[in-house]
Amino acid sequence: MYDYEDGKLDWLAAGLPSEGTNAQRPRAGDLARKDVPTCRLDERLGDVRDRAREAGWEACVVVNEDRVVFGLLRSKELEANPDLRIEEAMRPGPSTFRPFVSIEEMATFMIEHDLESSPVTMSDGRLVGLLRKQDAAKAALELHERKHGSHGGQP
Amino acid sequence: MPQPIDRNGVRRLVERDAQLVEVLPANEYEEDHLPGAINMPLRKLEAEARSALDRNRPTIVYCWDSA
Repeated sequence: MYDYEDGKLDWLAAGLPSEGTNAQRPRAGDLARKDVPTCRLDERLGDVRDRAREAGWEACVVVNEDRVVFGLLRSKELEANPDLRIEEAMRPGPSTFRPFVSIEEMATFMIEHDLESSPVTMSDGRLVGLLRKQDAAKAALELHERKHGSHGGQP
Repeated sequence: MPQPIDRNGVRRLVERDAQLVEVLPANEYEEDHLPGAINMPLRKLEAEARSALDRNRPTIVYCWDSA
């Protein structure tokens, strides 16, 4: 007999597959954008901004060599003095979410707290991707409409 | 006394045909459980384990977390 002491939370936080009713619903890890640009603490903001925008992004996640999240640059931070180092310009220690959190919960939280985007990370802090508010809200709305039926085409 | 095991240990043992048992209440099990796990809420574990589990296979029990 073995005891998996860290339990289901550890398993789900690691982004491993599960079964059950929640497994059928979209979750933060499913919709997080894996192609979000990343950068290091010692880079120059102007260089990172140019790179992010060339890739079509107004955000960048600050990570170390193991992809552990240190900070976030959203549109506001990207507009700062381009000669700043990322460590000075970034929003340190952003709120992060685990891959298994439901998309409805994410959408509600992001709308209530007016978050453009939120990093989704594993339990060890490694980046899974960046979840954008518009993607979370759209998925939550689609889920709601599937459950309850759309109401005369109103959003 | 059950032997502690981590996530990688679970994966290795499951590959070798271990039985996974979630001891949380049924409604929590239905929402999410490890692939292939059966549900045996803690209060029923003693009564059901003998009939439901194969003694010839390793058994891994788990809860929500270590708390």
